[in-house]
Formats: sequence, C-alpha cells, structure tokens
Amino acid sequence: MARVVSQTKSAAVNPLKSSQPLGAAFAFLGIDGAIPLLHGSQGCTSFALALLVRHFNEAIPLQTTAMNEAAIIVGGADRLEEAILSLKARTRPRLIGICTTASVEARDEDVAGDVENIKRRRAMELMGTEVVVANTPDFDGAIEEGWSKAVTAMIEAIARPDKQYRNPRKIAILPGWNLTVADIEHLRETAVSFGLDPVILPDVSGSLDGSIPEEWMPITYGGTKLKEIRDLGATMQCIAIGEHMRRPAEALQRLTGVPYVLFRSLTGLENVDRFIRVLAAMSRKQSPLNVRRNRMQLQDAMLDGHSHMAGKKIAIASEPDQLFQLSDFFTAMGAEIAAAVTTTGTSKALEMVPAKTVKVGDLSDLESLAATADLIVTHSHGREAARRLGVPLMRVGFPMFDRFGSQHKLTILYRGSREVIFDFANIIQANHHPPNPWPLDSTDRRGSQ
Amino acid sequence: MASLNAKITDAFHELASERSGSKDPRVRRRDCAKPMAPGTAVGGCAFDGAKVALQPITDVAHLIHGPLACEGNSWDNRGAASSGPTLWRTSFTTDLTEIDIVMGHSEQKLFKAIREIKEGYAPAAIFVYSTCVTAMIGDDIEVVCKRAADEFALPVVPVNAPGFVGSKNLGNKLAGEALLKHVIGTLEPDEPGLCDINILGEFNLSGEFWQVKPLLDKLGIRVRACIPGDARYLQIASAHRSRAAMTVCSTAFVTLARKMQERWDIPFFEGSFYGISGTSEALRRIADLLVRKGADPSLLHRTEILVAEEEAKVWKRLEAYRPRLEGKRVLLNTGGVKSWSVVHALMEIGMEIVGTSVKKSTLEDRERVKQTLKEENLLFESMSPRELFSLLLERKADIMLSGGRTQYIALKAKLPWLDINQERHHAYAGYEGMVQLARQIDLAIHNPMWPQVREPAPWEPALVVAKRAKREA
Ligand code: SF4
Repeated sequence: MARVVSQTKSAAVNPLKSSQPLGAAFAFLGIDGAIPLLHGSQGCTSFALALLVRHFNEAIPLQTTAMNEAAIIVGGADRLEEAILSLKARTRPRLIGICTTASVEARDEDVAGDVENIKRRRAMELMGTEVVVANTPDFDGAIEEGWSKAVTAMIEAIARPDKQYRNPRKIAILPGWNLTVADIEHLRETAVSFGLDPVILPDVSGSLDGSIPEEWMPITYGGTKLKEIRDLGATMQCIAIGEHMRRPAEALQRLTGVPYVLFRSLTGLENVDRFIRVLAAMSRKQSPLNVRRNRMQLQDAMLDGHSHMAGKKIAIASEPDQLFQLSDFFTAMGAEIAAAVTTTGTSKALEMVPAKTVKVGDLSDLESLAATADLIVTHSHGREAARRLGVPLMRVGFPMFDRFGSQHKLTILYRGSREVIFDFANIIQANHHPPNPWPLDSTDRRGSQ
Repeated sequence: MASLNAKITDAFHELASERSGSKDPRVRRRDCAKPMAPGTAVGGCAFDGAKVALQPITDVAHLIHGPLACEGNSWDNRGAASSGPTLWRTSFTTDLTEIDIVMGHSEQKLFKAIREIKEGYAPAAIFVYSTCVTAMIGDDIEVVCKRAADEFALPVVPVNAPGFVGSKNLGNKLAGEALLKHVIGTLEPDEPGLCDINILGEFNLSGEFWQVKPLLDKLGIRVRACIPGDARYLQIASAHRSRAAMTVCSTAFVTLARKMQERWDIPFFEGSFYGISGTSEALRRIADLLVRKGADPSLLHRTEILVAEEEAKVWKRLEAYRPRLEGKRVLLNTGGVKSWSVVHALMEIGMEIVGTSVKKSTLEDRERVKQTLKEENLLFESMSPRELFSLLLERKADIMLSGGRTQYIALKAKLPWLDINQERHHAYAGYEGMVQLARQIDLAIHNPMWPQVREPAPWEPALVVAKRAKREA
C-alpha cells in the first residue's frame, strides 16, 4: 500500500497537471451536439482550447463567457446569460456544458443558481438545449476530477429519476478520461459481441476520432446522445471504469436505482478476465470467439515481452487512476515502480499503487526521482526531463502534442494490454545500451547517446 | 469563504480605481474599442500577452502567480529559440490551492517560491506575473517583488497584467511597461558603440532572427538587445544605450519604442524582416537612423552593396518557385504586422491574395495593407470558423496561411494549410526566409496527397460524384 506524500514546495516547477475545467470540458466533448462553455476570463479558454487542439489534432468547440474587469467586480451572471443565449442562437447546441473557473469560484458565485434563473427566465429561447453546470475551480483537482464532475453533473441534470422499464440487454458504461477513442470503440465492440447494448457516457469516440464532416461544425458531432443520458435509468447495470467514475456511478444509482460495478483498471490479464466474466454473466452468454482469441494473443505477448519488462525500474507520473492502471500492469509484468508522482492526493486509487510512496507533485519531482530509472512514463511535457536524464520516455495521458495518433492507441482489454506490452518492450529495446568497452570512462553512457 | 469575499470586494475598489487612473489612456481606449463578447470570444488574455512578450528572455525564471490553469495549460507551447540559456523553458507557478486562497497565504507562498527559484536555479532575474485570481484577492506583487529583490539581491520584476483586464494585445503592452519601469536603464553597458541597435518585438521563432543577424553583423551593426527573442536580462537592462531601434511586431512593442525615444532619445521605425523588399528596406532604415545619430556615413553605401548582392542571390533562387506559385490564391488569416508584411512578400512572388485578416493590426498596419492590396474588401476582421470556412470555398483559395488554432478549418475543407504563427517549424525571416516560405507553400499546394483525399468514396453513387465535380469545377 502506497503512502501519499504531499507537496511541500511553494513553486510548482514544470506542472504535471492540466486544469480541472479542461477535464470537464473534455467530458462535455463526448456528448453529441455539445459545446463546453468555460465561465471565467477568456484566457483560460484560449489556453485550454490550444492544448486540446494540440493533443487531438482536431478542431475543438469551446467557448468562454469572457469575464472582463467589470464582470469580475460585479459578478458574472449577466455574461453567463449573454453567452448562453448567443451560443444557442448561433450554433443551436443540444447541450451547453458550463465549466466554472477560478475567477468565478474565488468570488464564491452561485453559478448553479444563476443558471437556474436563466433557464427559468429564458425557457422559450432555450427550448431543446440542456444547460449543465460543473463546478470546477482551477485551484482544486485536475483533469480527472473535472471529468468526473462533468459526468456527474450531466447525470444529475438530465437522467430521468422516475421508474422506467429496465431493458435486460442495456448497460451503462462510464469510462474514465484516460480511455482513448480506440479504447472506447473496442469497449463498445466487445460489449456488443456479447449481445449487449451499451450506452457509453461520455463517448469521445464519435466526436474526437478525426472524422471529416461535410460542412463546418461549431458543435460536437457524434458522442453520447442526450436521449441516451435521459434514459440511463432503463439500463440493467452500470459499469464504471476508474475510481474517479465512482461519483457519477453513485449519482446514477441514487437517482435511478441502477446498480454499478467499478473496475479500477481494464488493463492486465486479471482485470480483463474479471470484466469479461461480468459481461458474460450480464448477457448470459459464452465469450465470443474473437474475445477468446484476443486473450490467447495477450498470453503470447506476455510470454514474449516479460523478459524485457522484468526488473525494469519505472518512473511514472500521471493522474491517479491512470497511475494505478499502468503501474499495476507494469508490476504485474515484473517491472518495479521506482517513482510515482501524481496530480492530486485525494483519490482512493493512490493507496493501491504498487509503489512505496506516491508523491503529489510536478515533473521536476519526477525528474529528481527518475535519474536511475530505465523508463519514464508520463505525458509529452516529460520530454525535457527525459532528455536531460537520458532516460527513454513512454508517452501516456494528456497532453500528448508531439506524437500523432494518441487517441488511436489501444490500452485496455486483452488487445490493449498487448499493445502496451509491445510499446514498452519496443522502447526498452530501442534504448538498449551495450556494455561500455571503456569501463574506466566514468562519463554517463546514456547521456552520450 | 466570507472573509475571502470581503477581501475581494476590498481589492476591487483599489484595483478598479488604480486601473482607470494609471494606464496610458490611449492604450485603454484602443482596447476598449473591441469588447470581448461572451459566447463568441476567441483569443488570449492580457496575462497570455504579457507572458508571450517576455518569456523568450532566456536567462530569466518566469514565475506565474495564480492557480494552476494559467500556466499549467499553457507552458511549453512556443517555438522561440535560444542560443544559450534554457531556463526560460522551465515552467514555474505558485499553483495556488483553495487553502492558500482562503487562508490568505498566497503572498507568502509567492515569496517562498521566489526564494526556492533563486536557490535552486540561480536565474539572472525572476519575472513574476499576476493572474486573475491573485489580482482579485488583492495580492500586491509589486511589494512582494520589491521585498524579495532587496532580500535576495536579485532583480525581481513584477508583471502586472491579470487576464481580465483585457486582450492579449493589451498584455503585450503591459509587458513593455514592466520592462520600462523595472528593467531598461538599470544597468550601464561597458562599451556602448555607435552602431548599437535594439530590435523590439522580434521573437526569434524557429530561430529566424538568426537568418537576419548575419546581415547586420556584416555591416558592423551590433544588436544590443533583441526584445524578447533570444535575449538576456542584462542586454535588456542596458538597452537604453542603443543608438536606434526597429520594431518588428509593432502591436507588441511600439509603445515601448515610443517611450524609449522620449526618454533616451532612441529613434525608431516600424519595419519587417518578411519579404525581400521588406528586409532590404529594414536594413536601409537601420543604417539611415544610425548615420543620423553619428555613425560613419559609409554605412549607407555598404548597406546598398549588401542589399544589391543579397537581393540578386535570392531572386535567382526564387526563380525555381515562381512558375509553380504564380497566380495561386492565398487566404491569410493572421494578424498584426503579418497582415501586410507577408501579403507583400507573397505578392512579390506572384501569388494572388484573396483575403487577409487585420485583427490585432494597428492603424498603421491597416494602412499599409490597404496600400499594398489596393482593394478594401479583401481585408477582414476576425471571423467565426464557419465564416472562414465558407470564405475559403467561395474565394476558391488554393491555400490558407494562419496559426495553428484555425488550421483545421482549412484541413477539414481538404485544402492546403501552412502555419505562419508561433508554432511553425520553419523560419521565414530575411532573404533566406523568403525562399523557405516559397518552398513550404509549394510543398503544401503541390502535395500529391490532395487529389487522393478529395477522391469520392467507392460507395458514393455516381450522381453525387458528378454533382460534386461540377461544384468544384
Ligand atoms: S484569463 Fe485569468 S485565470 Fe484565465 S488564464 Fe488568463 S490570467 Fe489565468
């Protein structure tokens, strides 16, 4: 069980975190016909937008209430109303997802109350558009919490609480932010291959998968349909993936009585086996052939890859659930977690991380702990640290702005686990250092490569 | 949170009255003319502008005082190049949490952060940036910086440009103010020379200023301070001893140039290193200003010789591209100085401009582009993505040149696109840059991939295909 060590420095150096409102906006991007609206000064939106664009290599719809000096003094309710009405009129979204930022939260504004007022007063104009608020100050949490709060807010605001007919084939899946577009597609295919009918919330696989619409779209195209969120109560069972999805799963249960099961990770043979057993039980079906085949292929990859992973020291930095997902898998393949750094210290997932300590910190913390590691695992911002230390970098998570196709990388279920092994082993092989023929030369061998 | 609220209300009284009083009224008016509308706004905040304008100063630690988002979402996203120190690329922020804010610890945290950075990184100076939340809760970064500077015997420069005060453009200007107030003129150079100049508003993106500097070297002109690209703190501190100045991105630093002229009698002009005649013109005017301020008049003659040689060389190299680019239609969606300088450069090689945005351009910039294009309706203010998308199709553009943020508007329309803003990977300045620009446009337009991606899918019925062919023809 890992001990969580909190931050003691006053200056964060090379932040690991991206902000909470960005995480919430990301979740809203998984809804069909949506536009996230950051409530705050406009720079926050511009930064979040640029980062999302760099990561996805996609056009991203994102808007701002553009709080100016006056609004900061008197409060942002008017700007909020103006923004909602203008968005509605111009782009006719089905959902406006409001993510608050530090500027309004530090003033303690009652944004939810403001939105209720606006909805009441402007009911006619807003017909056909849901407006949902996630309270996501920048001075708290990070992507993971933002994502989780947005999903919770959507369930609470949209899912119908009344007793509904339960469809035995229907299941709800609440994926964490760390699942890629490819992961979601694979998850859906797998559930469908069991004869199940999954509703995935949020579903970034439609909106952020790189498809090219015929005309310019100012809102998301593809993703979870609002009607599907409304009818979540008609599902038999909810599957939440990642500790941070417990909160939305609980909200759904509270509201509709749909029970949930939580998987902390869907990577690694044992975790996937458990998941497949659950699918089989829910569908009362045998595992289909392709799933069985994928399992064998994973076994084979484990046999082939384990020697490259065994004994390797890994320094890893990520949001809590992804930190758990990957470190759990790496240690299950014989590697050792030499350093674990994360963004915020409150997640229950952290205790389960197979390392002595988990440090809440930044990339400079990672850098100081990773000098003797064989591999650094973190997002693209880790490239400088990796270069300075001469340790290879495996890019995971967000942001990933210097590699193409991050969204099409598979990381879960049998096939995804296999891919992770390949990735890992290939990086290690490519950076293999033969013994130094000049043993007296004490200069850093890796550094000279 | 009650105490916090009180603090904010308090702070705002000061903030509001101070702001309306202290700022250059011209700056305020110009900025107020373009209100940022909720739900339609795009673009960065004042803090963004201030950081952009100062961050390329390479041996300085840039410390962002605020909650995470301001820095966490934005660091490591620009391609300025440094010939030496790399400290500017390390990101520092006080990463304020709720506790810091509620307990009122933020000023102490800032002070401690300054100490940590001084001890751990030995910077030439520390620049401290305020952001929305720290300005709101009334943190006085000026006072904290002053105290830290005294205690650590290190320049600690407050940059007071919280996001909500206005646009990126205003932030640029506030950055200039900070340099003027706290940096420039604080140090006397060892050996001031008669051919020392300042270049203001040059960011050295992709190292492009290094394509210009050799030209100046050849003429014996020394760049005392290039602000901010590849600059060192001490160069900027002694910039008041230069004999002349050129502003490159005028929107960013023209006010700074004007004030330096008033205070230290440094004459300046607005120029550009984009395009052939642009570069030649800039070299001539630098020489001219220096000679007027007492440099050897032979400089003028030497400049003419250099210009003639270099121009002949570059035209020769461009010959290869001219037949491939002549008559191709460009939509330019950038802003500021590039609205006219790049337009001019492209027209020089025979391309046709079907539109150029003049957002963030000064009145002078606008005048220049009007003169070059001779047609008013080709200028446009900033546009929504949808409008831009239709404009590209309507005007049958062959390529769009813009910043990364709008790239997908062209790419999703299956049209070539080239990055000419801060994230670009190629250097377009000087004579050399013109050849590079022509080459990159050529590569983009003539990539054999285009006809392939425009090919209809095998399952599209013949009718649709025929219709589309007609529309595209
Ligand atoms: S608008 Fe304010 S809070 Fe947002 S990034 Fe700019 S300075 Fe930071």
